[in-house]
Amino acid sequence: MKYLDEFRNASLTKNLSEKIKKLVTENWTIMEICGGQTHSILKYGIEALLPDEISLVHGPGCPVCVTPLEMIDKAVSIASRENVIFTSFGDMMRVPGSQYDLLAVKANGFDVRMVYSPLDAVNLAEKNREKHVVFFAVGFETTAPANAMAVVEAKRRGLTNFSILCSHVLVPPAIEALLSNPYTKIQAFLAAGHVCTVMGFDEYLPLSTRFNIPIVITGFEPVDILQGIYLAVKQLEEKRHQVENQYSRVVLKEGNLQAKKLLSTVFDIVDRPWRGIGVINKSGFKLKEEFSDFDAEKIFQVTSLSTKESSFCIAGEVLQGLKKPHECAAFKNSCTPEHPLGAPMVSSEGACAAYFHYKKVI
Amino acid sequence: MNDTFNLSCPIPIANYEKVLLAHGGGGTLSHQLIQKMFFSQFDNPLLNQEHDGAIIEFNGMRLAFSTDSYVVQPIFFPGGTIGELAVNGTVNDLSMCGAKPLYLSCGFIIEEGFPMQDLWKVVLAMKNAAAKANVQIVTGDTKVVDKGKGDKIFINTSGVGVIQNDVHISPANCKVGDVIIVNGNIADHGIAIMSARENLSFETSIKSDCAPLNTLVENMLAVSKNIHVLRDPTRGGVASALNEIAQKADVGIFIEEEKIPIREEVKGACELLGFDPLYIANEGKLLAIVEEADSEKVLSEMKKHPLGKDASIIGKVTNEHLKTVIMKTAIGSKRIVDMLSGEQLPRIC
Repeated sequence: MKYLDEFRNASLTKNLSEKIKKLVTENWTIMEICGGQTHSILKYGIEALLPDEISLVHGPGCPVCVTPLEMIDKAVSIASRENVIFTSFGDMMRVPGSQYDLLAVKANGFDVRMVYSPLDAVNLAEKNREKHVVFFAVGFETTAPANAMAVVEAKRRGLTNFSILCSHVLVPPAIEALLSNPYTKIQAFLAAGHVCTVMGFDEYLPLSTRFNIPIVITGFEPVDILQGIYLAVKQLEEKRHQVENQYSRVVLKEGNLQAKKLLSTVFDIVDRPWRGIGVINKSGFKLKEEFSDFDAEKIFQVTSLSTKESSFCIAGEVLQGLKKPHECAAFKNSCTPEHPLGAPMVSSEGACAAYFHYKKVI
Repeated sequence: MNDTFNLSCPIPIANYEKVLLAHGGGGTLSHQLIQKMFFSQFDNPLLNQEHDGAIIEFNGMRLAFSTDSYVVQPIFFPGGTIGELAVNGTVNDLSMCGAKPLYLSCGFIIEEGFPMQDLWKVVLAMKNAAAKANVQIVTGDTKVVDKGKGDKIFINTSGVGVIQNDVHISPANCKVGDVIIVNGNIADHGIAIMSARENLSFETSIKSDCAPLNTLVENMLAVSKNIHVLRDPTRGGVASALNEIAQKADVGIFIEEEKIPIREEVKGACELLGFDPLYIANEGKLLAIVEEADSEKVLSEMKKHPLGKDASIIGKVTNEHLKTVIMKTAIGSKRIVDMLSGEQLPRIC
């Protein structure tokens, strides 16, 4: 495949791996923010190509992993109503709530559907006027523009039976929160290429300066990731701390201006709770007042939820890079992809699922 | 309380109150369901062969007997219909036992209101597929259920075939040093089905690979008696089939990503949808595990057949990492290829 095979090239990866080995003189801990990168690292066995001095820790950039339990319980509650068609991206369907996941709601006979685009949910609402269609709008800056577009489109079509359950989160405030933790081990970041495709990387400049930390905007293929690591290690060894753009074939400094304009039209920035981490200031999106007719939380008024996390799950520490998945006592014992205790075991982007599938004996 | 319900036999799957779609997905959950619910209760030596069909010795003859149900949605898809699938699926299951398929049964469960025109298309597809595979449909059954209680049409086929005396195919025969061959491009069927689903608006030229494999298998068996295992990687894909073999035979399986044939369009669709082609269903593919000395001979015979022209050696059987499938990735490192845990694609075959 053009534009993919080149970035999965064995001799290029070998070359980069050797360059990193030559460069490194001390121990460095680098966090890849995005779950897509975690998945690639495990799927392609990239850690085996790195010198022992470099330790990769896996970040909170897995949308389903950080969606608060309360939101999942709200989704379950809304989906379990007659006259509702509840739509969601596939990964969200198996994330455990306090009692049920969305697949269990579906097995109980309610109308829960997997869609590939929020616009499919808008079309469903148009075709099923007697039902109310809810889309579970989760994710980072990457999925937010399409979800904003769905709301704008529903308004344009005059639909009164479409809403989104909005649980959007933002990357830069999470980086700030991770670095503000006095126990953090992170010395450099690989920032998420696709988030920066939308937002650009202006927001990362003050973070790099304030925390003296290298941030490399990085893509998702093996060559991208190794090149991102190379640039980060080079900065660390040279005692520099800058924002560099490895993913320049896709990411512009200013980002996608049209998408950013759409986001500021539809969403306000608010404080959001992150599953396993806690509330982070100004770290998420909420629908603006003029779009509140499309806000499922307002329409359905779900209250009296009592949320309960598994007491064995250390997802919070895993998501902050303080622990690795296999350091959890429940890992592969009481927590497996078939019976996940925490969200990182569900999504293909979750660090625990990636460790489970790809990292048993090698 | 129902007296016939035996309280000394608790339900063995305590973690799920209800059956989920993933229990039919061909991955770990399907296996748990089948092992804990069905195998444990129906327990007998023929069933415990864990083959694509049962191999029954009868008056000095060996028969293969197999059954499968087809619930694919949509019923008409690029490259085929539920009709061809129902015939070829059972023909292939028998072929994977090393048998020459002879007779099929078919059971229809039809939803009230199903258009006669569509039923006719399905029936003609079955007739043509049976003729092509040289099998006869010799008995059948028809049921109609209330509208809304089925999804258009479900078909079950069972089949019997005869196994030659000198043919011995079984997952347990897999030996260290054997070579693994696939007969062509993988993952076409699953992606063709996905592209035909109404909620997915992507267009592709990919067609299902749905085809009867019996003549290909006959040709292969004619040149080598050292074909140890045959398996059609349908639901769950190549990854699940290889994991099943590694576990059943207590061997390790090593494959190389770069040697596995996949069409560019299929790779592209998988990238877009976030699927791994190793887990996607095939309906006209087989994995052959062959003694190394015979592997080139079998491969070149396969390449002469239209269904084997893209055949490729993709890996080997080893005595390392027992019960596990390991793949050398495109960038030269190694990783585990695990059994699929939940559903990747619902109801593909």
